[in-house]
Amino acid sequence: MTASFHDFEQESPMSFGRTAADTRLIFLRYLRQTLRSKVAVVFGALQPLLYLLLFGPLLSRIADVRGFGSGNAWQVFVPGVLVQLALFGAGFVGFGLIADLRSGVVERLRVTPVSRTALLLGRVLRDTAVISVQALVLLVTGVAMGLRAPAAGIAVGLAFVVALAVSIASLSYVLAMRTRSEDAFAPLLSTVTLPLMLLSGILLPMSMAPGWLDAASRCTPFRYVVDGARSAFSGDYASAAVAEGALVTAVLLVVSVVLGARRFRGENA
Amino acid sequence: MIEARGLARSFTGKHGTVEAVRGVDLDVAPGEIVGFLGPNGAGKTTTLRMLTTLLAPTAGTATVAGHDLRADPAGVRRRIGYVAQGGGTDPSVPALEELDLQARLYGVADRAERIAGLCARLDLSGLERRPSAALSGGQRRRLDIALGLVHRPPLLFLDEPTTGLDPQSRGNLWEHIRGLRERDGTTVFLTTHYLDEADALCDRLLIIDHGRIVAEGTPEQLKRRVAGDVVTLELAPGPDGAPEDGLSGDPATGRAKAALAGHPAVREAAVAGRTVRLTVENGERELMGLVRLLDGAGVELASLSLARPTLDDVFLTVTGRSLRDAA
Repeated sequence: MTASFHDFEQESPMSFGRTAADTRLIFLRYLRQTLRSKVAVVFGALQPLLYLLLFGPLLSRIADVRGFGSGNAWQVFVPGVLVQLALFGAGFVGFGLIADLRSGVVERLRVTPVSRTALLLGRVLRDTAVISVQALVLLVTGVAMGLRAPAAGIAVGLAFVVALAVSIASLSYVLAMRTRSEDAFAPLLSTVTLPLMLLSGILLPMSMAPGWLDAASRCTPFRYVVDGARSAFSGDYASAAVAEGALVTAVLLVVSVVLGARRFRGENA
Repeated sequence: MIEARGLARSFTGKHGTVEAVRGVDLDVAPGEIVGFLGPNGAGKTTTLRMLTTLLAPTAGTATVAGHDLRADPAGVRRRIGYVAQGGGTDPSVPALEELDLQARLYGVADRAERIAGLCARLDLSGLERRPSAALSGGQRRRLDIALGLVHRPPLLFLDEPTTGLDPQSRGNLWEHIRGLRERDGTTVFLTTHYLDEADALCDRLLIIDHGRIVAEGTPEQLKRRVAGDVVTLELAPGPDGAPEDGLSGDPATGRAKAALAGHPAVREAAVAGRTVRLTVENGERELMGLVRLLDGAGVELASLSLARPTLDDVFLTVTGRSLRDAA
């Protein structure tokens, strides 16, 4: 774009109340949409659930292999599956935005006085709500499979997952807004998410990795989120891993939401 | 209601800069139905997207519904309705939910009554629970219009309102659009590439081509100014049975041409065989005079026809190509 009229779409600081009210309206719209297609919610959680059911038991058999620490294997595996849920569940939300761009819903809403930020936040809140519910289902399944972890640790781990879901959903919308077509979005998404997932050590802890892989892994953000959530699940709240995880998650959250809000406020949204 | 000066927009892409709109001036008075006419790619939608705050102009200024486009886009949004070419509803969302959200976003106080009233007026009553995927093309278009009207805007923008509709739905929609102005005094600014639509619906037309406004006026003015009426005369065969090559020989055609040449209303005369095609200003009024003139010159007529120019003739004259070819 030749022109960048940032003042054109600037929202005044006075509009906080407006943004909050609009966010609620947009959230409710997309929540109703989700409730209309319950099948999608189930299928969204199906993949991590299958990992939990069909892959988790293998790990509990080799729990004494180095890298799993002293606790039970589920304390290592369940946080990984939760991060996987956030990564993939929230990663795909951009498809919904592309559908709305195509049907003209986005444009119709942008001609109303609705807060542009609310158009992002309302969607992201819905996505986060869906992922939270799916995460609870996974946790309950995990407990049924043999997970034992302190409640506070689980709560901290969930907080990581929720913050991560907000970040990934925002980034997914930025990507969808840029590509504007499923054909371009889908391959881009899988190209980005698959290596990030593998490098984060979701399936097996990266402490088992050779040096070069461990180093590569440390260059990706999700590594720290996964390690932080794992430490929390094993009750090491004061560990460096939890602190690093919290820091990386917070930075990722702020950067993603700011990028998303800028994109939604931009003229070509 | 709309006052734009030098509105321009260029896009920079892989293949260099494209100037989609190159300095458009336009004025629309309250209560007018103004048609924005032009082939695809002429700059209609880009202009509309600028006027509705969806796209920032690269140059120029505009006041829309009393608010400055650049300084107060939020003020503009509160006072305009916009119905995009492809509509703006989610196929899975019930009509009532779309209307209710729209009304809440605009802060409409009497939501329920307003929505019920709009549905009644736009023949949507009883369809409120249906998702828009289950509505017919005409119904969906009326839902789009209801969404654009929910906050009682004094100015409504319609982008290609009847594209893709069957003739009956089109006529029906025209009635609704006229009704908006008659009942509420709503100003309507619409784009179209249908000449019959522009002719039937609009008080005034702006013709845009290659990003510039190339002609402006009422449909009648445009037709009269640019084209004139077409009078076609067919001469009766001469008594002398002269050859009909039409080039030099036939005395009747020669007499007819000579007689008509001096007539002030005749702009152009073209002869082909025994047929004479005249471009005549105010053809309806001049027709009797022309017949008398020819009679006086001893030219006998076999037939005579008068055709009003169409907007396509206008378009052909101002842009050098037919709208049908261009679109």
